[in-house]
Amino acid sequence: MRAARLSALTFTAVAALTAVTGCTEKGSSGDSDRVIDVTATDSKCEVSKKAFPAGHVELAIENKGSKVTEVYVLFPDDRIVTERENIGPGTKQKVTAEVKAGDYTIACKPGMKGDGIRQEVKATGGSVAQRDPRLDSAVAAYRKYAQEQADATLPLAKTFAAAVKAGDLEAAKKAYAPSRIGWERTEPVAESFGDIDPKVDVRADGLEGGQKWTGWHRLEKSLWQDKKITAEDKTLADQLITDLTDWQNRVGKADITPTSMANGAKELLDEVATGKVTGEEERYSHTDLVDFKANVEGAEKSYELLKPVAKENDAALVTELDKQFAALNTLLDTYRADKTSYDFTSYDKVGDSDRKQLSDGVNALAEPLSKLAAAVVVTKSS
Amino acid sequence: MTDATKDAAKDPAPSRRALIGWGGAGLALGAAAAGGAVAMTRTGDDIEPTAAEAGAAVEFHGTHQAGIATPVQDRLHFAAFDVTTEDRAEFVQMLKDWTAAARRMTAGKAVGEGAYGGLAEAPPDDTGEALGLKPSRLTLTIGFGPSLFEKFDLADRRPEALVDLPQFAGDNLDKNRSGGDLCVQACADDPQVAVHAIRNLARIGFGKVVIRWSQLGFGKTSSTTPDAQTPRNLMGFKDGTRNIAGTETDRLKKFVWADSAKDAKDAPWMHGGSYLVARRIRMHIETWDRTSLQEQEDVFGRDKGEGAPVGKAKERDKPFLPAMKPDAHVRLAHPDSNHGATILRRGYSFTDGTDGLGRLDAGLFFLAYQKDVREGFIRIQRHLATDALNEYIQHVGSAVFAVPPGVRDQDDWWGSTLFTKEA
Repeated sequence: MRAARLSALTFTAVAALTAVTGCTEKGSSGDSDRVIDVTATDSKCEVSKKAFPAGHVELAIENKGSKVTEVYVLFPDDRIVTERENIGPGTKQKVTAEVKAGDYTIACKPGMKGDGIRQEVKATGGSVAQRDPRLDSAVAAYRKYAQEQADATLPLAKTFAAAVKAGDLEAAKKAYAPSRIGWERTEPVAESFGDIDPKVDVRADGLEGGQKWTGWHRLEKSLWQDKKITAEDKTLADQLITDLTDWQNRVGKADITPTSMANGAKELLDEVATGKVTGEEERYSHTDLVDFKANVEGAEKSYELLKPVAKENDAALVTELDKQFAALNTLLDTYRADKTSYDFTSYDKVGDSDRKQLSDGVNALAEPLSKLAAAVVVTKSS
Repeated sequence: MTDATKDAAKDPAPSRRALIGWGGAGLALGAAAAGGAVAMTRTGDDIEPTAAEAGAAVEFHGTHQAGIATPVQDRLHFAAFDVTTEDRAEFVQMLKDWTAAARRMTAGKAVGEGAYGGLAEAPPDDTGEALGLKPSRLTLTIGFGPSLFEKFDLADRRPEALVDLPQFAGDNLDKNRSGGDLCVQACADDPQVAVHAIRNLARIGFGKVVIRWSQLGFGKTSSTTPDAQTPRNLMGFKDGTRNIAGTETDRLKKFVWADSAKDAKDAPWMHGGSYLVARRIRMHIETWDRTSLQEQEDVFGRDKGEGAPVGKAKERDKPFLPAMKPDAHVRLAHPDSNHGATILRRGYSFTDGTDGLGRLDAGLFFLAYQKDVREGFIRIQRHLATDALNEYIQHVGSAVFAVPPGVRDQDDWWGSTLFTKEA
């Protein structure tokens, strides 16, 4: 939660702007039964409707009270569906959410304290019927993709683990990067199971106090830095397979929405921007470009599945994303001789100016990609 | 390019604009936000710093770009960009988007639809760190480097006055701190406001341009307001006492503004613009600080306390050059020693931490505006080859830019005269 101080700091600007934006409230929403007006005061939290169709809903909040407030949409068990903090007195804010049929609570918290003033509401109908069916099929296709990646990764990881256990340094090095590709393509989904990622993909600098270092990068250090395979490494190889099997079994149950797909695509580019482009991710093996490519492929998969809907909402964005994906892929291809293989140039052989060029390419793609989620959730008003 | 940004280009925020308007009322709002400070007005060639009080808004539109002859602010973020797109239309659209954003930011407003309150699923248009801050006299000034003219079929539009700088004695230039297809100079009284401006322009530019290098500056080292105290550089000296003031219309016309009507060297599209030389000048602070006061004063040709030229009592007393040592900085740099060559300086001090050898990575980020680089910076810098100051400084970064005329009105945009063929 941001400090309440922030709202005081920005209040003057807010007041100046709201007076203006107030005039341009959309006169007609093509989907008015999906808009719930929430009027918050210091003692009330009024909602314009208590029942609405499941799917995409928008809360149009107006704070008519004297205190800064916040508004929550909560599941029956108080898990947060969506929230908006720091709504200044006299200001309007919008919050959107995707909700399934069921019971919910809308809570206003004047002064941003306590349990808030609550209203019970109900989302009716099946969410499947309410959401654009193309988005449902996109989610289904993406879930299938994630499962396929996990299924394909296990045998490759087993090859890697077997080489480690056999004490075959060269074979293990060769099998290392390929064993990570499926994981790197779907990492945002894998990260939704918070316990697996720290076991299989953590780096030395990512360890928390007392945490034992396991997973790919621990073995990477043994193979490239220590140049020897210890008995413990062999145990770690087994552990890696156990953890990846856990991932394989759970990936189909991941909570995936069109928004999380779009944001997942952006997160994959963030991974590239913060870890791969700097060479921190694969600091011993220097196989960063393999991960880089896999991250881009995973992002592109999400994007391609969401594209038909995104195109209707923001055709220019789709044009830009097509162009930037193509540009980055073309650039990456210059680092491999064979476009069907994942034998990329070792990253320690990539000079500073070339790294900057790769970084520029990632920025050029990631910036428009950050707008994809909005292009998918915005219901086209007609 | 999204529809949203395209719309922003022609009309950054129709709703707000409709109510506030861009001209008087918008400016008044900025002034009110600044706590009653009167906004500066900029009409024609003249500058009236009626309220040089920090916090006010500087008018973005005008015959010349703000940020040259307008009063110098305390802070700088300067960025040089390389163009990566090969699509001329896309680049022009970016310049329009930049102009729209610059128009808003210099008025103290957030970019596009703002930093919050929009769709929860999308990143906000504005990065937000300048929310609640005053306009802080932010000026944004764009320039085009020689390398830009090799792109987009612009070779025939490169002005004669925009020459590549020659190698000067003592130069130790780092290519990672030099050159650039274009630059943006952001000056403000609040460093956060200047950084915010460059950051948001860089973001709008992703996919079209990339930052090649940038420089933060503090503590202006020159003044364009004659009654103001001449600021000191990191060597502790006043330098540039006779800098051109924003009110000196005649000297600005003679030495700073490109004038195609009189001067065939200027491309017509540059009329009302100027030429910028940017140099990152590293100071050997530690050796300087071990130098005797006498030596320091001899090197500059001024005393350290008052700033008076050798043999004179007051800073603004006319220097008697023969009284100075032949290699004194003021003597060599003075217009009388350079066939009258005069430049408008806008430099800033910088310190970028230490250099790994325990030495302060500090110096002067030198910015000079002139009508013709050959008759301005190049003439003076050649003459400074024997400058006693050279023992204590080294030029480590260098760039030159053609700075186009001002954005005339709401419909105009940065670079319109260059990219519109009929100009």
